[in-house]
Amino acid sequence: MSDLLLAVGILCAINTGLALLLMLAEAVIVDTRDRSITINDTQIVTVPGGRPLLAALKDRKIFIPSACGGRGSCGLCKVTVIEGAGPLLATETPWLTAEEQKSGVRLSCQVKVRRDLRIRIPEELFAVKQYQAEVATLSDLTHDIKQVTLKLLDPPEITFTAGQFVQIEVPPYALTDEPIYRAYSVASDPCQPSQIELEIRYVPNGICTTYVHKHLKVGDRVTLNGPYGTFGLRPTGRELIFIAGGSGMAPIRAILLEMARTQNPRPCRYFFGARAKRDLFLVEEMRRIETELPSFRFIPALSAPDPDDRWEGETGLITEVVGRHVTNAAQAEAYLCGSPLMIDACIQVLREKGMPEENIFYDKFA
Amino acid sequence: MEQLGFFTILFSAVFTNNILLTNYLGMCSFLGCSREIKTALGLGTAVSFVTAATSILNWLVYAYILVPFDLVYLRFIVFIVVIAAFVQLVEMIIERVSEPLYNALGIFLPLITVNCAILGVSLFMVIRNYTFWQAFGYGLGAGLGWALAILAMAGIRQRLAQRSRIPRGLEGPGIALIIAGTMALAFMGFNGMVSLN
Repeated sequence: MSDLLLAVGILCAINTGLALLLMLAEAVIVDTRDRSITINDTQIVTVPGGRPLLAALKDRKIFIPSACGGRGSCGLCKVTVIEGAGPLLATETPWLTAEEQKSGVRLSCQVKVRRDLRIRIPEELFAVKQYQAEVATLSDLTHDIKQVTLKLLDPPEITFTAGQFVQIEVPPYALTDEPIYRAYSVASDPCQPSQIELEIRYVPNGICTTYVHKHLKVGDRVTLNGPYGTFGLRPTGRELIFIAGGSGMAPIRAILLEMARTQNPRPCRYFFGARAKRDLFLVEEMRRIETELPSFRFIPALSAPDPDDRWEGETGLITEVVGRHVTNAAQAEAYLCGSPLMIDACIQVLREKGMPEENIFYDKFA
Repeated sequence: MEQLGFFTILFSAVFTNNILLTNYLGMCSFLGCSREIKTALGLGTAVSFVTAATSILNWLVYAYILVPFDLVYLRFIVFIVVIAAFVQLVEMIIERVSEPLYNALGIFLPLITVNCAILGVSLFMVIRNYTFWQAFGYGLGAGLGWALAILAMAGIRQRLAQRSRIPRGLEGPGIALIIAGTMALAFMGFNGMVSLN
């Protein structure tokens, strides 16, 4: 027994000593003097040095979108750094095109604030705010997708366009020691600014999805920020083709709800891919939109229907179904949302049908 | 082991008992970061420095804490913690002192924390009952040996990429493993000069 206590004691002493040493070193060695960041040549903020630019800006309530929470694995948090960032790091290059590298685009989660910086960010990011919200409803759309309705408390309203996304904060719990952010498309109509709906698919051991599916309850408080993103309906008169799978329904649903409300007359087809009937959801709502918008058709397709499903609709991979229905897409434009694999395959099919690449817009779930 | 001096052990750790080519430790970063000489040089330098320093630190912890308290069975966990803390400390110092060096080495330092060659050096050192100077010589030599191996590999791979037509099935890790095996055979030529076992 005494041997065990001695071992635990020595181990704790060594670990504590090393931790203290590191804390002391951090206090003495790391340069935390204040630095100024000039944004778009109009605004100057002062932040403590030594931290990543993404976190420093967030502390000053300027939110740069980042789906991975600052680990350099999503490539979303791009900002243009005109001065003071130092050389490009190897962790950034995979996410930046040659053009971006030349024009000073950097990943803000990888750039540390070591000296005064001059940066340029899109003006619309200034409209991004942090919101406190309350879970109003939580319901199962399928066996693995939940619909979460968040009622905004402070500020009480959000202005967004259909197709944009927000980031929700997951507080520390069993799967994470620190708060992390994950991005989800808003699935509700922008005409309801006091609440937003999200569709969140469960991923085993996913930090955020496990939190939402297993821990979140009606009445819980949630912190979120947004809106972000440029995915959304372009104001052309072209025929529309929407393609989505699983929780990729969310931004398309927001667009369709808005189209139904505004009685948008553009010809429009929505191909929704699922494995079996149990993976289909909001079908009745889509059928209702079909009655409200005469030019809209909802085409759900099952790739592996159960015999019990008694499915009489379209079957096969979504790419096959699109291929069968679309004969000439030269004058159409497409909006895709889902996994990178699905999107790449769909782009291939649409191009074969004559659709120019610049008319294809997508939101990839990385 | 008392008869082997600092330089003999250092020479032996670089050539006759190269930790990578005879013990096959540190293979993941060896294969992953050996496409370019510049990267290999950065990682090799960082590994050499960390093995030399952590071999001393772990020798001191082992000799003055674990042995007196009869806790040598804790060496695995203690050595790992010391290595992780040291790497973080080095990262902070390099970032403050030299930004170009930090930019060159910074991304490799976290890789080094999980490099099994570093832990291997500390464990071999206690298994072989090295004295302080022998441990330092072995740590430095093992790091330099690892750096030599990855540099040689990077040189070969860089040249292969420029001039050779490699069969498709062997591209990447396949050809790298074959080269590593050939290099290990070449290093066997040093066998018998000095033995550390």
